[in-house]
Amino acid sequence: MMDFAYWLPIVWAVILVAAITIYVILDGFDLGIGMLFALERDQGRRDVMVNTIAPVWDGNETWMVLGGAVLYGVFPGAYATLLPAFYLPIVLMLLALIFRGVAFEFRIMTRGTAREGLWETAFMAGSGIAAFTQGAILGGVIQGIAVTDGAFSGGAFDWLTPFSVLCGLAVMCGYALLGATWLVWRTTGVLEASCRKWGRWLAAGLFLGIVAVSLWTPLLHAPYLRRWTGWPNILFVAPVPVLVVVLGILLGTGLRRGHSRVPFLCALGWFFLCLSGLGITVWPYAVPPSLTLWDVSSPPSSQFFQLVGTAILLPIILTYTIYSYRVFRGKVTEADGYH
Amino acid sequence: MQTAALALILARFQFAFTVGVHIIFPAFSIGLAAYLAVLEGLWLKTGRQVFLDLYRYWIKAFSIVFSMGVVSGLVMSYEFGTNWSVFSKKAGPITGVLLSYEVMTAFFLEAGFLGVMLFGMGKVGRGLHFAATCCVSVGTLISMTWILASNSWMQTPRGYTIDPATGRFMPDDWLAIIFNPSFPFRLVHMGLAAFLSVAFAVGATGAWHMLKARRAGAIASEPVRVMFSMAMWMAAIVAPLQILAGDAHGLNTLKYQPVKIAAMEGDWETEGRASELLFGIPNMETERTDYAVKVPLLGSLILTHSLDGKVPGMKDFPRDQRPPSPIIFFSFRIMVALAFLMALVGFWSLWLRRTSALFTSPVFHRVALCMAPAGFIALLCGWITTEVGRQPWTVYGLLRTSESVSPIVLSSMAVTLAAFVVVYVIVFGSGLAILLRLLGRAPEEGEHDPSPAHPADVLATHTHPGIAGPIPAEGA
Repeated sequence: MMDFAYWLPIVWAVILVAAITIYVILDGFDLGIGMLFALERDQGRRDVMVNTIAPVWDGNETWMVLGGAVLYGVFPGAYATLLPAFYLPIVLMLLALIFRGVAFEFRIMTRGTAREGLWETAFMAGSGIAAFTQGAILGGVIQGIAVTDGAFSGGAFDWLTPFSVLCGLAVMCGYALLGATWLVWRTTGVLEASCRKWGRWLAAGLFLGIVAVSLWTPLLHAPYLRRWTGWPNILFVAPVPVLVVVLGILLGTGLRRGHSRVPFLCALGWFFLCLSGLGITVWPYAVPPSLTLWDVSSPPSSQFFQLVGTAILLPIILTYTIYSYRVFRGKVTEADGYH
Repeated sequence: MQTAALALILARFQFAFTVGVHIIFPAFSIGLAAYLAVLEGLWLKTGRQVFLDLYRYWIKAFSIVFSMGVVSGLVMSYEFGTNWSVFSKKAGPITGVLLSYEVMTAFFLEAGFLGVMLFGMGKVGRGLHFAATCCVSVGTLISMTWILASNSWMQTPRGYTIDPATGRFMPDDWLAIIFNPSFPFRLVHMGLAAFLSVAFAVGATGAWHMLKARRAGAIASEPVRVMFSMAMWMAAIVAPLQILAGDAHGLNTLKYQPVKIAAMEGDWETEGRASELLFGIPNMETERTDYAVKVPLLGSLILTHSLDGKVPGMKDFPRDQRPPSPIIFFSFRIMVALAFLMALVGFWSLWLRRTSALFTSPVFHRVALCMAPAGFIALLCGWITTEVGRQPWTVYGLLRTSESVSPIVLSSMAVTLAAFVVVYVIVFGSGLAILLRLLGRAPEEGEHDPSPAHPADVLATHTHPGIAGPIPAEGA
């Protein structure tokens, strides 16, 4: 039983990070497309942008529900301290996601009426605010929260620091890059060309963001610094920054040379590396800098029961999610919308 | 201390408001998804165009309702932690796990096949498309099952032990947790409520278009008549069943939460041969129900199915364990009155059917139109009754609501509550307006996908660009 209580939280931490990564990548390009509305004013092309994600966005957002539910069931101690600590940005994010989510339908249903502009803006602003708050919450987790007796004991605006704002802006930039490279893959013509252009700027912006966050993070807490610079850790963590640079070069050339899928895959790689780096940084804390995974875990009986279901269900979910993506594969053009 | 008490009230109100809005949409989705699956199945079986027309008519409404359910539901999965952190920390090992199972068995299933259901006709074969519709429908039912298991566990907790060191609920027996004593009753009652709500919403839509056709001196189109007829069959069958299910649920509540029943009934003294109060104003301070209008013996008859059965009174329970009777006394009565009204409409429709007047009675159509929100109002009243009635507990008898709340400061809670109210009024108000406009357009014979040829009326000619797609080529 002792072993169980030790290993189950580790297994669950891996699953949770995987679920968060899948969410960030999948809803990342959805939210990115929303933000790119700011750059693309043409209604026909906006429809194409939305049509590339309309059949799948709901499934993408479900990964976020899964993240919340897993945290609640498996790491209730973290759920119960992180959510009150980030109360305001979480509520803001949820409200933004409400506007973004209904705008998929509402912007079409109100077309030609006075309300049309409201829902176009809601789609764009909702996506942007959701992206920023997600980044800021991530930054807030890295910088740590005040905990007394296992409960949040800080102020309502503790999360709001220059570091968390930087993380928020970096995530906005990153999601927009995901959106642009997704559209490079899934669209043609003028829209694709625009996205290649935007993609280069966004890639440069995100690269700067990654560098800034990476340099700043080790200065926040001494253990973070030791994790990245101590011997022999440095041997294991060194590939992460090297790979970031390699992918950046591939991404830039992919966008310039007209590759269809390479830029998106490189952007995915960046996110994967950033989230891995984040995991390496905060390990083994669930609520830095005080509560470890084991401090916040639910009893092994809960974690095991949920693991059995997850082991069976997650592969099935991934199978039909991939099937659903395959049904709607291929380039989307303006002609597709109007038979 | 004062501000903490106020923050608790705001946290409760915020949670109640957001769940109260949310609950409408899943109920709508549960009923509508099942209806769509039936329509598509009938179309595949009979090949009759009218079923496809109705499918295409209602799927537009479904996409709106479903998206509102998704976004309002996302809020719920985080609100347990933001507003009730102590509860989620202590009960998370049980309720969090149940919620995770809901996400993995239901939400992904719905979301994964919703895209195919909405946009896939013409991209996949007919059989596969029907399978997608069925998956979405089954997903809504699975979702209801898990969330009601969780809710019922909070009402009648079983299968746990309490860890003395941390006060956490530790799961012992998952089958006992899921199949707790109130779960089967709540599940049936809620499921029927969802079907009944949608039956009356669909029926009212049909009634509206029949009245409109009559005013124009025309006969309502076949899709309108078929949807009205199907809805009234549902009303006639499900409303009486729901009354029986509600009665069974009431007896279950009497057994496990007697003080909830006493508060619902406004009864203070435990007595046999109890009368039933038709009206009254329960007063929690003076411990009596003022202005009571009583029917002798009926109270015992309803609650014990015998004339001299003992019915509990609130005085048997300590003051600090009594739920606020004035709220649930009325919410319960509104629900019951609406249930009988719905059953009455169902019987009336059967009578009209016998005399072949179902499609020609404007009086009945007007009544059916007025009954549009009846199911939803009854559902909300029932939900208020059961949730307010289990106060002052979150986990019944074990964890008090006042001890479940998050350490959120009053100002934050007040600001976010205002934000939720404003956003919900804008978003769901707009959603309702769009829905009404959508349903205000009659289904056409040969309901087709949009064409840009007639841009004048957006809703008649222009649904979601992505929904556009030819009917699958094979078959009739």
